[in-house]
Amino acid sequence: MIATEPAFVPAGSRRSGIPWGYAVMVAVGLAAPFLVYPVFAMNVLCLALFASAFNLLLGYSGLLSFGHAAFLGAAGYVTLETIRRWGLPVELAILVGTVVAALLGMLFGVLAIRRSGIYFAMITLGFAQVVYFLVLQMPWTGGEDGLQGVARGKLLGIVSLQGNLAMYYFVYAVFLAGFWIIHRTIHSPFGHVLRAIRENEPRAISLGYDVDRYKLLAFVISAALSGLAGSMKALVFQSATLTDVHWHRSGAVVLMTLLGGMGTPMGPSVGALLVTALENYLASYGSWVAVLTGCVFIICVLAFRRGIVGELGALVRRSF
Amino acid sequence: MRTTFRNIAFGGVLILAGAAAAVAQVSDDVVKIGVLTDMTGAYSDLAGPGSIIAAQMAAEDFGGKVLGKPIVIVSADHQNKADVASSVARKWFDEEHVDAIADLVSSSTALAVMPVAAEKKRITLLSGPGSSAIERDKCTAYNVHYTYNTYSMAAGTGRAVVQRGGKSWFFITADYVFGKSLEADTSKVVIASGGKILGEVKAPFPTTDFSSYLLQAQSSGAKIIGLANAGADTINAIKQANEFGITPKQSLAGLLVFLSDVHSLGLPTAKGMYLTTAFYWDRNEESRKWSKRFFERHKKMPTMVQAGVYSELMHYFRAIQAAGTDNSDKVMAKMRETPINDFFTKNGHIGADGLNRHEMYLAQVKTPAESKYPWDYYKILKTIPAAEAFEPPDPSCPQVKK
Amino acid sequence: MIQALSGQLLVGLINGSFYALLSLGLAIIFGLLDVVNFAHGAQYMLGAFVAWMALQYLGINYWWALILAPLAVGALGLGFEWLMLRHLYRLDPLYGLLLTFGVALVLEGSFQNAFGISGNSYPVPGLLQGGTNLGFMYLPRYRVWVVLVSVAVCFANWLMIEKTRLGSYLRAGTENPALLQAFGVNVPLMRGLTYGYGVGLAAFAGVMAAPIYQVTPLMGSSVIMVLFAVVVIGGMGSIAGSIVTGLGLGLIEGLTKFLYAPASDVVVFVVMALVLLLRPAGLFGRQR
Repeated sequence: MIATEPAFVPAGSRRSGIPWGYAVMVAVGLAAPFLVYPVFAMNVLCLALFASAFNLLLGYSGLLSFGHAAFLGAAGYVTLETIRRWGLPVELAILVGTVVAALLGMLFGVLAIRRSGIYFAMITLGFAQVVYFLVLQMPWTGGEDGLQGVARGKLLGIVSLQGNLAMYYFVYAVFLAGFWIIHRTIHSPFGHVLRAIRENEPRAISLGYDVDRYKLLAFVISAALSGLAGSMKALVFQSATLTDVHWHRSGAVVLMTLLGGMGTPMGPSVGALLVTALENYLASYGSWVAVLTGCVFIICVLAFRRGIVGELGALVRRSF
Repeated sequence: MRTTFRNIAFGGVLILAGAAAAVAQVSDDVVKIGVLTDMTGAYSDLAGPGSIIAAQMAAEDFGGKVLGKPIVIVSADHQNKADVASSVARKWFDEEHVDAIADLVSSSTALAVMPVAAEKKRITLLSGPGSSAIERDKCTAYNVHYTYNTYSMAAGTGRAVVQRGGKSWFFITADYVFGKSLEADTSKVVIASGGKILGEVKAPFPTTDFSSYLLQAQSSGAKIIGLANAGADTINAIKQANEFGITPKQSLAGLLVFLSDVHSLGLPTAKGMYLTTAFYWDRNEESRKWSKRFFERHKKMPTMVQAGVYSELMHYFRAIQAAGTDNSDKVMAKMRETPINDFFTKNGHIGADGLNRHEMYLAQVKTPAESKYPWDYYKILKTIPAAEAFEPPDPSCPQVKK
Repeated sequence: MIQALSGQLLVGLINGSFYALLSLGLAIIFGLLDVVNFAHGAQYMLGAFVAWMALQYLGINYWWALILAPLAVGALGLGFEWLMLRHLYRLDPLYGLLLTFGVALVLEGSFQNAFGISGNSYPVPGLLQGGTNLGFMYLPRYRVWVVLVSVAVCFANWLMIEKTRLGSYLRAGTENPALLQAFGVNVPLMRGLTYGYGVGLAAFAGVMAAPIYQVTPLMGSSVIMVLFAVVVIGGMGSIAGSIVTGLGLGLIEGLTKFLYAPASDVVVFVVMALVLLLRPAGLFGRQR
């Protein structure tokens, strides 16, 4: 469905993609905990990874999933529960969370991948609602209270993550690794096939590509990375709650990606930063936040469809 | 010469600062209260902006200063989300020198913030949430659960209704932790008072259409339908019970009904319902006086949660004054040893588990004919003494064993 | 047991007819404009609030509100279509969805600021108060009215769109707007009116709902997801599909509330996922 929209020229697909963008990102990321409140920065990083993983699907494969919160949330719950119940080391717990999200993604994917457009979105939404229901009902998830107060533990059994600074750099390292995986995926032959499918699926089929398998793999990678983000987020806040499994979260990730610029490598991260900042710094204005978010949506859709990074990229290309 | 003068001046400042520190120890030279509440969601009418106004009134009435240091009130919206609540609390404690967080309506947000506060040795003053887990297995040493808990609501309404002949019960329960805890506490009281439970149904939260559940309640033949839910769910259930002709034959018992709910339901629908409350604005001269001041600012009469925020903050400020410091351990000790007697309640005592045990009031909603002026909604039927309204400290709270 | 079950099924049917009425406007807007109208819930809420405000401030009764509120809200919808929505028709439907989502946030947020969350009660009109005892349950007269009106409105709309000349113009507008324009039909105006009409239907449902449910700013946001499911299961764009599905889902939901109440929220989505897996275009949809 995205293929009909001519405005989507993924900036990253061109060799002229912005390498200085990455440099700025790395520098800002290193300095961030000294500039802003570290927990806020960690939240942004986790959601940025989540949005980037989502973008791998929407921006590069043309699949709009409306159930991505299921991966984020489920992984968070699994990670904390494995720490709490079995005392798993942090790294292993994160791995388990990620694997669970990947398996969940496999299940969603196998069933949903044969549909496209709104139907694909709706099937993923349906499955995500089922996951939400399970999380609400299962005895160990604590209902709307969620899992609370789980200790962050020690990295490799040595470095305590209880301090915000240590935790921050751990999250940052994971974010960079995840971002790198996405980057590699986009620029690999696999990524090119994905884009070919997005642009013209019948042609990709006629060229002999097993389209469903490519889509499925993209879906599973995206789900796994979303799970990774969710595991980290749960660890940062030492809690897993229904918010992260709710469909509002699935909607929020669409907003982040759209606002930052879908189909651009940096866009989702910028979007995640803006949306989180909006929620964070306007928290005391009550329902005006909803009004303001709504206005941002409207303005974005009407005037800046390429998103911030997309528009900037277009500006740069036009000026040089 | 000049340097010497500067040194002397500097030394003087140091001495002054030291003296001030000896007289009164207030961390960061400010007593900062964070009101963390639901500004937009299901509980924003019973807490929300009104809680913030109550907190500001408390700060002003105390003179704006405690131990000579300014009192500052900040506020934020937790949207009823546990993760938002805990991250705002973290930021307030880590970055903004907040000494205590007040209100925390909705149990899930309270349970999320309590361990964060305890870890950083800051105080939580809960007025809005009801879960009795707060003083049982989830209790902390730095928490005060001030206004009510699910048990006190259950004990008041449940016992009174059974005594008036409502012996068989059916529950419509919000399929959420707080709903289940409300149901469990009420069942306990109903059975202990000689009633019996005929059945229950767990409705997803939130639900708008209760007709199906009401029919199930009807066919159970129970005399009393207990509504173990809150906010909009309670309102819709009561409305539809009227519509489906259930209320004359069977009676509703709202287990968590606030003044704001009755106000938006209107007396024609809500009349005759029993409920338990920690505070009613029109109860006596003192409560009327305060409530009218509150009304001037909020244009609505206070709910028990909002009045509780004011009262708990006054108690907190007085404890700081008496302890001569805002050190959390000392303030907590002072708050526990001082009884609470004000417009809000009488004979309040904060236990080792953090629960404020005080009088509760059994009320019945007036009929439109009985209501003489705006907000004239409740008849107070009975004062429930603290010992009856609340359970003794539960051994599952680690603070209690000590 | 049988008695209890028949009561539950009847309630399910009542709710189902209401779902059908609510999703009708959504189905029309999607079917004829290819717009996923996320603001439908907010427009439904707006209808209820307009009725409430009319009664409260102007003393306009229920029967007038039933006509005036849809007109007022429909006119707002028309204005919104002309100002914003029409610029997005050539683009991916995703953008229409996001735009209307933004509008829903703005509407709901503003009403929350103005009226608080608990909302207000709207009395049942005198003529429709009371009810009949059916033996197995007490049936309020107002609910009977809701079923009758919903079925009548749904059927009339289905007839109009599927069987009349106006309807064929509308459908042609989706298939080939350029050709229709060449035949001298003012296509942009027709689209605007279609959107306004769909919005008006949402507001109409809102007025119908006001006496049953509390009139609150968020009354629409809790129902919008279910409505989407109804439209998708019915086959997007199929009017008959969403009517039948609305009724059917009401029944299934009613049964679930009886058998295992906690799952009654999720059962709709399970049905949706299953239907889409077995019949990709929904029950009544044509694969496009």
